[in-house]
Amino acid sequence: MDVFSSLMDGFATALTPMNFLYAVIGVLLGTAVGVLPGLGPAMTVALLLPVTYVLEPTSAFIMFAGIYYGGMYGGSTTSILLNTPGESSSVVTAIEGNKMAKAGRAAQALATAAIGSFVAGTIGTALLAVFAPIVVKFAVSLGSPSYFAIMVLALLAVTAVLGSSRLRGFASLGLGLAIGLVGIDSVTGQRRLTFGQPLLADGLDIVVVAVAIFAVGEALWVAAHLRRNPLQVIPVGRPWMGKEDWKRSWKPWLRGTAFGFPFGALPAGGAEIPTFLSYVTEKRLSKHPEEFGHGAIEGVAGPEAANNAAAAGTMTPLLALGLPTNATAAVMLAAFTSYGIQPGPQLFASQGPLVWALIASLFIGNFLLLIINLPLAPLWAKLLQLPRPYLYAGILFFATLGAYSVNLQAFDLVLLLVLGALGFMMRRFGLPVLPLILGVILGPRIEGQLRKTLQLSAGDPAGLWSEPIAVGVYVLIALILLWPFLFKLIRRNRPAAMPAGILAKSGSSEPTDAGGSGSHGSHRADATSGGDGDGDG
Amino acid sequence: MSSSPTLASRLKGRSELGVALLLGAAGVLVLVDAIALVTPYSKSDPVGPKTLPYLVAGLLIVCAIMLAVNVLRGGQGEAEGGEDVDLTHPADWKTVLPLAGAFVANILLIDWAGWVISGTVLFWGSAWALGSRHYIRDGIIAVALSVLTFYGFYLGLGIPLPAGLLAGVL
Repeated sequence: MDVFSSLMDGFATALTPMNFLYAVIGVLLGTAVGVLPGLGPAMTVALLLPVTYVLEPTSAFIMFAGIYYGGMYGGSTTSILLNTPGESSSVVTAIEGNKMAKAGRAAQALATAAIGSFVAGTIGTALLAVFAPIVVKFAVSLGSPSYFAIMVLALLAVTAVLGSSRLRGFASLGLGLAIGLVGIDSVTGQRRLTFGQPLLADGLDIVVVAVAIFAVGEALWVAAHLRRNPLQVIPVGRPWMGKEDWKRSWKPWLRGTAFGFPFGALPAGGAEIPTFLSYVTEKRLSKHPEEFGHGAIEGVAGPEAANNAAAAGTMTPLLALGLPTNATAAVMLAAFTSYGIQPGPQLFASQGPLVWALIASLFIGNFLLLIINLPLAPLWAKLLQLPRPYLYAGILFFATLGAYSVNLQAFDLVLLLVLGALGFMMRRFGLPVLPLILGVILGPRIEGQLRKTLQLSAGDPAGLWSEPIAVGVYVLIALILLWPFLFKLIRRNRPAAMPAGILAKSGSSEPTDAGGSGSHGSHRADATSGGDGDGDG
Repeated sequence: MSSSPTLASRLKGRSELGVALLLGAAGVLVLVDAIALVTPYSKSDPVGPKTLPYLVAGLLIVCAIMLAVNVLRGGQGEAEGGEDVDLTHPADWKTVLPLAGAFVANILLIDWAGWVISGTVLFWGSAWALGSRHYIRDGIIAVALSVLTFYGFYLGLGIPLPAGLLAGVL
């Protein structure tokens, strides 16, 4: 069946009155929760997971599509109307967006964000519909060795590329992998890390882990550092744009989309890099460069489009390879798995109608966002004024409810508190959260592929590089791990380019280990864990 | 280590060493647990259940050591910012501990007293810990939320949250 007719079938499924209603509910819930400060899209999806448990898979995923885009969009509203962004992906939007809002152009900023998100989301979803089947065609030829390599790449890339400290990234990854180990080993039936607790035998429920790390950890962390004088929310009417705004916005939307989609589809691409690239590009190409830093509409339009296109791009590896590349996708993968659905190349064959209904509802969700959110913007702005004690008490309340309703056992709440404390500690000491979540989710899969690979090669480690794709991926992994080291070598060989003064300064005053003396440590950590990766080969 | 400052002064303000300690402990735990697994070598599973735990334990222990070295050399993790986060004042334990207390109360109460009571305690206690002093209003919101979610989950989602002490009433 070709893409178009499959997609039309998907629309037919997604547009039945009940399913359409779920899409509307999803968009509303997603935006409402996403707008709330302190709740990013990943947390939004994790908190709302239990709600979808009682629905049949198709309806649940249609609702998810709405929650996903709604959560993404909600974040941009927050960053425009409040001074500081909560999500790393909306940092760039906040630069110009908040300046625009302060200059009395909040309505235009919100409008260009909403319409740009719609344009980028629609193009991005169309690209997803076209590319996902191509990736699938390519992916069905891959065996366990390649999958193993690709998953290792996804883990290491997220850990090594994102975040300011690689060492802390790897520490977080290790904790995540350890959490993923808990439970009965699926091959031999051995109990690992269960400490004789029968309740741990099934492993830690990923919903509990995600809600604990994202929601409980965040609530505790904010409680410890709660702003005594809340931020000023800028009042806003109905978003609208004048002719001049449209003229200045449409090109940045398209360019932002072009940046966002490919980066979203790459492991560790995420939305941070493309939003930043988009911002820099718009600043350079703008006819009004003097407005940048004082609220230039291009600086909102481009990054917002890039952000949403990246969100669509993320769905490509998730659906076609079963590979999550950001926290939200990781939680979505957990949701898929809880329905007994394994994303990956077989998914398109075995669950074709469901996948296409999901893609169709991404289109629908995107459209709903536009028509619902433009008129509702003033209401969302009101949500930002929610008294903080109620907001964070509410987050804890619903986190508890969500985690408890999965298995109805108080033991899960103990785990929730313990892992929430871990999330608190990670925020305090700058351990990134994403490697942990990916480690929990990908760890068991990586182990499965590794065992399958060596089973096929009868224990011969050479089986690991028996496929050309796998070899290529290992080269990439080596490059990513060795990159800072190579970079240093290059810099050392060009002493004139980097005056010694800067090096010395960064060595003595840099608080993070990104530069100077501390970075020796992180390189060695990288090299060692790289060695570990090769060691199992 | 032999340079002029003493060990004690080096340890001061280095609470991040606790993270290294935690990582190391986790690594050792994973290692000990993996060693205790008994598995005969089998041709159908040459990797076995021990390989990944060994690698994870190795990663954790190496990270623990590197982090300890990094911190002692002056490295520092960046605390995370956010919309409602003000990093200019130190951690406020007078808020966090009562908040955790409300959470624990909920865990202890939920199976015995039921969700409506334990959820009310959780919300009211959390709001109080976070600085809300509208006792009556908080109470009304807490009860309303708990009752609504109880019926919402029961009727809407078919999930029976524990009714506990109020089993006959609800």
